[in-house]
Amino acid sequence: MSNAEQPSDEQPGNDEFEPIQVFPEAEEMDLRPGADDCYKCSTCDTNCPVAKVDDEFPGPKFQGPEQWRLKRQDDHDIDDSVMKCSNCMRCDSACPSEVPLSQMHNTARGEYVEENMSKFSREYVRNRMLANYRSLAPLASMFPRTANFVMGLSITQWLGEKTLGITSERELPEFATETFREWWAKRGGAQVESEDKRIAYFHGCYSNYNTPEVAKALVRVYEHFGYEIVVPEQSCSGTPMFANGMLEDARRAAETNVRELAAAIEDGADVIASCSSCSMSLRQEYPELFDFEGTEDVASNTWDAIEYLRVHEDLRAELEGTSVGEEYDDFAYHAPCHSRNQGLDGQTIAVLDAIDGIDAHDVGDSCSGISGTYGWKEENYETSMKIGEEMFEHMENSNAETGLTECPTCSMQMGHGTGYEIKHTLEVLEAALVGADSDGVEPKRKEE
Amino acid sequence: MAIEDDVLVIGGGLAGTTAALAAAASAKDARVRLVTYKQSTLRHASGLIDILGYAPGDDANAPLVDPFDALEDLPEGHPYERVGSQAVRDALAFFDDIAGDAYAGGHTDANALVPTHGGTVKPTARYPVSTAEGLASDPRETLLVGFETLPDFDAPLAASHLEAAGAPFEARGVTLSFPGIVRDDAKVTRYAHLLDHDETVSTGSGETGARTALVTAVESYLEDEPRVGFPAVLGDEHADEVRNVLSDELGVDVFEIPMGPPSLPGMRLEERLYDALEDAGVRVTSGVPVVEYETADGDDDRGWRIDHVVVDRHGAEIPHRGDQYVLATGGLVGKGIESDREQVSEPIFNCHVPHAEDRYDWFVDDAFGEQPFAAFGLVPDRELRPLDPNGEPEFENLRAAGSVLGGYDYAAEKSGAGVSLATGYVAGTRAGEEATR
Ligand SMILES: Cc1cc2nc3c(=O)[nH]c(=O)nc-3n(C[C@H](O)[C@H](O)[C@H](O)COP(=O)(O)OP(=O)(O)OC[C@H]3O[C@@H](n4cnc5c(N)ncnc54)[C@H](O)[C@@H]3O)c2cc1C
Ligand code: SF4
Ligand code: SF4
Repeated sequence: MSNAEQPSDEQPGNDEFEPIQVFPEAEEMDLRPGADDCYKCSTCDTNCPVAKVDDEFPGPKFQGPEQWRLKRQDDHDIDDSVMKCSNCMRCDSACPSEVPLSQMHNTARGEYVEENMSKFSREYVRNRMLANYRSLAPLASMFPRTANFVMGLSITQWLGEKTLGITSERELPEFATETFREWWAKRGGAQVESEDKRIAYFHGCYSNYNTPEVAKALVRVYEHFGYEIVVPEQSCSGTPMFANGMLEDARRAAETNVRELAAAIEDGADVIASCSSCSMSLRQEYPELFDFEGTEDVASNTWDAIEYLRVHEDLRAELEGTSVGEEYDDFAYHAPCHSRNQGLDGQTIAVLDAIDGIDAHDVGDSCSGISGTYGWKEENYETSMKIGEEMFEHMENSNAETGLTECPTCSMQMGHGTGYEIKHTLEVLEAALVGADSDGVEPKRKEE
Repeated sequence: MAIEDDVLVIGGGLAGTTAALAAAASAKDARVRLVTYKQSTLRHASGLIDILGYAPGDDANAPLVDPFDALEDLPEGHPYERVGSQAVRDALAFFDDIAGDAYAGGHTDANALVPTHGGTVKPTARYPVSTAEGLASDPRETLLVGFETLPDFDAPLAASHLEAAGAPFEARGVTLSFPGIVRDDAKVTRYAHLLDHDETVSTGSGETGARTALVTAVESYLEDEPRVGFPAVLGDEHADEVRNVLSDELGVDVFEIPMGPPSLPGMRLEERLYDALEDAGVRVTSGVPVVEYETADGDDDRGWRIDHVVVDRHGAEIPHRGDQYVLATGGLVGKGIESDREQVSEPIFNCHVPHAEDRYDWFVDDAFGEQPFAAFGLVPDRELRPLDPNGEPEFENLRAAGSVLGGYDYAAEKSGAGVSLATGYVAGTRAGEEATR
């Protein structure tokens, strides 16, 4: 591994659209033993939400082990269908034989983008923009009202579709008027200090720029349990970059994250994420694709926000007897693919069961269909909505009028398909444990 | 802190889900959790519930008419012998409750004969309603429809095999192209989805719904057969509706022929079992493996207890504690039993798996002979507690169910699902009773 590459300083514009070089490790990675483990049972294929609705997609078995084998024989190009894979990683957790399917998809996508996609094509530019949402967001959040206004204009959306291939069917997410990090700085950082209960919060991009209420909920819930919270410098988790084959961008982001988070771990913190794709990325994709110093350490010390409390606190006892306001009584819950893959799909319902008066109903195991940037692309919009149809039906058949999930893009899709308001589980815990309207600045509390 | 429950079931196949449901039913306020790693072999299995199709060691190889007759004569150590034939009946009744109107066959003890995609007939105890109109004992003439893009089912060949096998009816097979499918390797879920959602497809005569398009394609081939059999791809979520619509519009009975893996009837059964788990309040944790265990005080006297097991969540090790445990991790295919060149083992608790020292004794040369390795697995007592080499329970609070058990060869006997049901039912019921005693 080389240290020649320094993380770029995040300035939008300075490294935006130059051609990239895909790092050599991805291609050299020896995935053969993984490919050889495939005994062609097709379990992965039956789990692929894209193959189910799109006759042109050959499915994960082809995309992964078969294409890998083909590639080794002669100079076969990566099949362009790899760009139709949504990176939901369902195939990965389905395979009974430990074939590293998503790792194969990620490396194949990287190679395809590098070798078969013109860096000047509209698709490349569009994908790179979507993947690097993180570096555009600071600009928009500097002028959130203007950005929201401009992006809401139908002419902008039409232009987006015509010139960039971003679907005009969706409403672009709104930018918050105050980012989470701004709020955090304003309140003076951590309000609780503790020697032995310390977490490093990986908030990710979305809860920083778009839904700071989720990040604030995490802060209040964790401080309620007496945790000292640190908020390290961080970059995008890389999920949208893997999904778009922008491995070099992902590598840069990952390097920053691993460095900062490993340092926090060194200081006695565990890493907590509130977005299921972020935790998935730190836990699984980093060790599969990178080997910076500390990668393994970060992976094995990263937790989902609710999972961590379940294991380290008596969350159930704490919630027993609490109740929440009227607006929180019925929920249609969707478990994101990336929390399903981490074994967290049953968790939310089990936790919320302890709160009086909440009725949270699981809407079943289908994929929401948006898969991050996937459903934003004009060419995928229809597929994305077809995949989501099952979830929409189940949501509408439940009594609830409010949706619940832990993934920001699933939440967009749920709202888009049903018109429901969507909450994050941490917001419900906040309402139960601290009260929904508590304002940010609480009295300082010290651990004795 | 560990995640705490009364009963912890490890493995989410037919045995594990049955055990979890039985535990929840036998102890109403018990907290039951099921932890499972990958998806189960149900996704490959036909969805048929075989109790016993052939008596073990029977060279005549005649399908059994009444499996319950034969249960009494099974050798000592066979899982059915361990639980007893009444438990097999109770387990079936328990299954019938869960399956509701999705399964048929409960009206008789006798095995039904279901045609398979290869054109053979299979003796089975319970079958999905979707296959009910196709039974080989039914004398009505039959049209079988196959699809060009689904080479696993060759309808004309299957029809002639059925006739050759002595089915009491005339069978004819035709091969068509499935409206809306172009890929020759389209997934079975794609076919099912087209019909489930009646997606618009283009045909020679314009755009129509997939269901109507299929009816139109079949209609012209139908002579006066009163029933038509399709490979089992007729819908997933809305399979009954799809079958009823096809039946109404064709004016004949429509049935499905169970297919090789991956199998929609198996997936539908899996779905039903997981819905039942949700209704019964069983907590399910999936996608993560149990990797090891700790005993209460680390002392290895006989009769020791498991204190907790450790679940590996992408590197984070999460303790899960139960009062009682059921091990239902499957056989060599499900990865509940592992083998390498030196030995055969059970990887979580390292329970005793008897096998010959010499690897060459694991096989017999005749590929179709009864293979010793097929019967590899744990040896349980009548409570289904795995036994150590001295015949003592490995742990006081561990039971095992399904194909992790040894002493039977499901492929030769056609007893896979039945053993999973019966042992899952007994292990779960006993675990539930014990946990709340
Ligand atoms: C191709 C095929 C066709 C079949 N056809 C028929 C048929 O027609 N009729 C019939 O009656 N039977 C049939 N069977 C057999 C029948 O399906 C099986 O015998 C039965 O389903 C086995 O169930 P099980 O629950 O014991 O194991 P499995 O279904 O193997 O389930 C084991 C589960 O345990 C999980 N697991 C493993 N290790 C761990 C761990 N460390 N931690 C957590 N979870 C773990 C696995 O991921 C899996 O989900 C068939 C089987 C196959 C493979
Ligand atoms: S599930 Fe795994 S073993 Fe089965 S076909 Fe897919 S990659 Fe191969
Ligand atoms: S990651 Fe998802 S979309 Fe891609 S091949 Fe796997 S299951 Fe299909």
